[in-house]
Amino acid sequence: MRKVLKGNGAVAEAVRLARAEVISAYPITPQTSIIEEIASMVSRGSLEAQFIKVESEHSALAGCIAAASAGARTFTATSAQGLALMHELIHWAAGGRLPIVLADVNRAMAPGWSIWTDQNDTLSQRDTGWMQVYCQSSQEVVDSVVQAYKVSERVLLPTMVVLDAFFLSHTYEDVEVPEQVMVDRFLPPLELPHRMDMERPAALGNLVFPDRYMEFREKMDLAHGVALGVWEEVGREWGELTGRPYGLVEEYRMDGAELVLVTAATTASTARPVIDALREAGVPAGLLRLRVFRPFPAERIRAILGGRKKVVILDRNCSFGHHGIFHQEIKSALYELPHGEQPVLHGIIAGLGGRDITPDDLHGMLDGAWSGKITAPVTWWDVLPVKDRERAAVTMVEGG
Amino acid sequence: MAVDLTMYDPRNLHLPEHEIMRSGHMACPGCGAALGMRLALKALGPDTMVVIPACCWAVIIGSYPYQALEVPVLQVAFETAAISASGVRAALAAKGRDDITVMAWAGDGGTFDIGFQSLSGAVERNDDIIYVCYDNEAYMNTGIQRSSATPYGAWTTTTPVETPKAEPKKNMVEIMVEHRIPYTATASIAYPEDFIRKMKKARSIRGATFIHLWISCPAGHKSEERSSVKIARLAVETGIFPLYEVEYGTRYTINHEPAFTDIREYLELQGRFRHLTDEHVETMRRNLEWEWQRLRAKVEMGRKLPLPPAPVKAPVDEGEREPAAE
Repeated sequence: MRKVLKGNGAVAEAVRLARAEVISAYPITPQTSIIEEIASMVSRGSLEAQFIKVESEHSALAGCIAAASAGARTFTATSAQGLALMHELIHWAAGGRLPIVLADVNRAMAPGWSIWTDQNDTLSQRDTGWMQVYCQSSQEVVDSVVQAYKVSERVLLPTMVVLDAFFLSHTYEDVEVPEQVMVDRFLPPLELPHRMDMERPAALGNLVFPDRYMEFREKMDLAHGVALGVWEEVGREWGELTGRPYGLVEEYRMDGAELVLVTAATTASTARPVIDALREAGVPAGLLRLRVFRPFPAERIRAILGGRKKVVILDRNCSFGHHGIFHQEIKSALYELPHGEQPVLHGIIAGLGGRDITPDDLHGMLDGAWSGKITAPVTWWDVLPVKDRERAAVTMVEGG
Repeated sequence: MAVDLTMYDPRNLHLPEHEIMRSGHMACPGCGAALGMRLALKALGPDTMVVIPACCWAVIIGSYPYQALEVPVLQVAFETAAISASGVRAALAAKGRDDITVMAWAGDGGTFDIGFQSLSGAVERNDDIIYVCYDNEAYMNTGIQRSSATPYGAWTTTTPVETPKAEPKKNMVEIMVEHRIPYTATASIAYPEDFIRKMKKARSIRGATFIHLWISCPAGHKSEERSSVKIARLAVETGIFPLYEVEYGTRYTINHEPAFTDIREYLELQGRFRHLTDEHVETMRRNLEWEWQRLRAKVEMGRKLPLPPAPVKAPVDEGEREPAAE
């Protein structure tokens, strides 16, 4: 069935289709319309679920952790400060090997207050053991949430499905909403092997001494390795059912590309016509879109980027003191390439706090890298000029 | 007036015989929390799920792959006992199971301090859980630091004898009462029949119930292991820890009229009070008198008031619903 949905509406539709049994959530802009829509579904009975309207994001995830531990399929959604408040439990959910699905609407962290998009909130959760999928359209949101449950429940790791604030969360698009019957066949009910069970009473989460702790953590790491294959398999299966296959990454005009733009989320859709225009002008440009960021498809990325001339990595995020985060990850993945196959990398940090990344910006980045105007390994794009770096660094006002 | 403690001979107690807690736990000798859990599970029976946040019981239960309870247990983050019990309840409801009791079992730090927000949220929603705070009046598991449940004058490692705790204990029961939940009660390990009756009553209620259980802690109170029950009893008989219950934030019942034994009898058994001056003790006495005046006034107030009106549930009629906002 075709519907016109914004990204947040797409999340809610997918949660309904996945038959989530317990929703535990707390409002934060720009996530709110996700939970409003789900509350309405539960209230009207189109989704048979328990909705715990908690008093904080911390409790939102704690509620999912407990409900999942008791064997229920769970869902929550948040943004920025809310995700940061959950941080302790983000670790807990992964360590508890609970297949929770969380939708995060990427929003910049305060201060100063910002409700607009960037990726520092989710990327700050990189090392927690969660899987992360970055979406570029409402269609991909619907498809990815349902797939996330399937992959999570196979490998027993939670998944964050990520969508940009406003550019995706509040933008209406034409979406093919899958039939319930098809989703039911694709996604059988959850049978969590280590749930709270009256028939087999056990204590979950007891104290673990150093002689056993590491083995649990190694298993989490192994599960991420397995998950790479499961995402590919599930993406193919989804393609067979819907005609919309998904991979770990998406390649666009990569045949013979010597200049590659690497980015994620909605910026990728802005980039496609820019790539087309460059190709028409004779520049051998291509696009690599990161979709599944954890587990990190390092081998796949190495195979795609090895032997290219120049790679521009666009980060809507920054690990302060060391590069954009996608830039770091890709650089580490490419280290294993033979010297002659290593492309020149240019990291661009752009679009923080929701600043628009226009086709002109993308053209400027790619053209700059190709023509040699951009030489620095890391460039802050489109920021006010700084006259005195030392002074600017210790001044709490813009510019300087 | 001194209390004749021989009248409380445990051989005269009438308690359920079935044990759900096994002997191989990791509690300290004389631990009131171990006795408390044993009694609580006797009351609730085997159809129970237990949620335990960071607290002494996170350790007492045993380390992986062992556990001392014959019921399913979920260990959860420090500040999440109440919402975790709510989450388990929601999962059971989603599965159509309404025959299982869900008990959150948290210490005073996890209840009065770090878990306060999530507890307030869960009881405000009147989630169908039993929340038991076993209160040993400080962060004992981390080595005896002050909590907001620590009483006035007590020594802890963060309130050294030069500057013992200057503030009174937070009144958690009254805070729960003001949420107007169906049932709030205090209990003591020294009055097991009273405690068990209250747990059974809580189990019979569909909604949020809060039990404040006073327990002794030889390691943290600096007391003799063999005196644990005696100290718990004196906490009640001095009037320091009144045994009472409150229904729907209105109807107060004092379950045991204390003998008002001299508080020195209670204080002298615990090293944590050894530094107290006569002035300190006098302040405690005056405070105790005021607390009882207030409690008795509330009993009187409850007698005059009807129970609050029950909330009306909205009728489900599709036709009358407003369309969803978009």
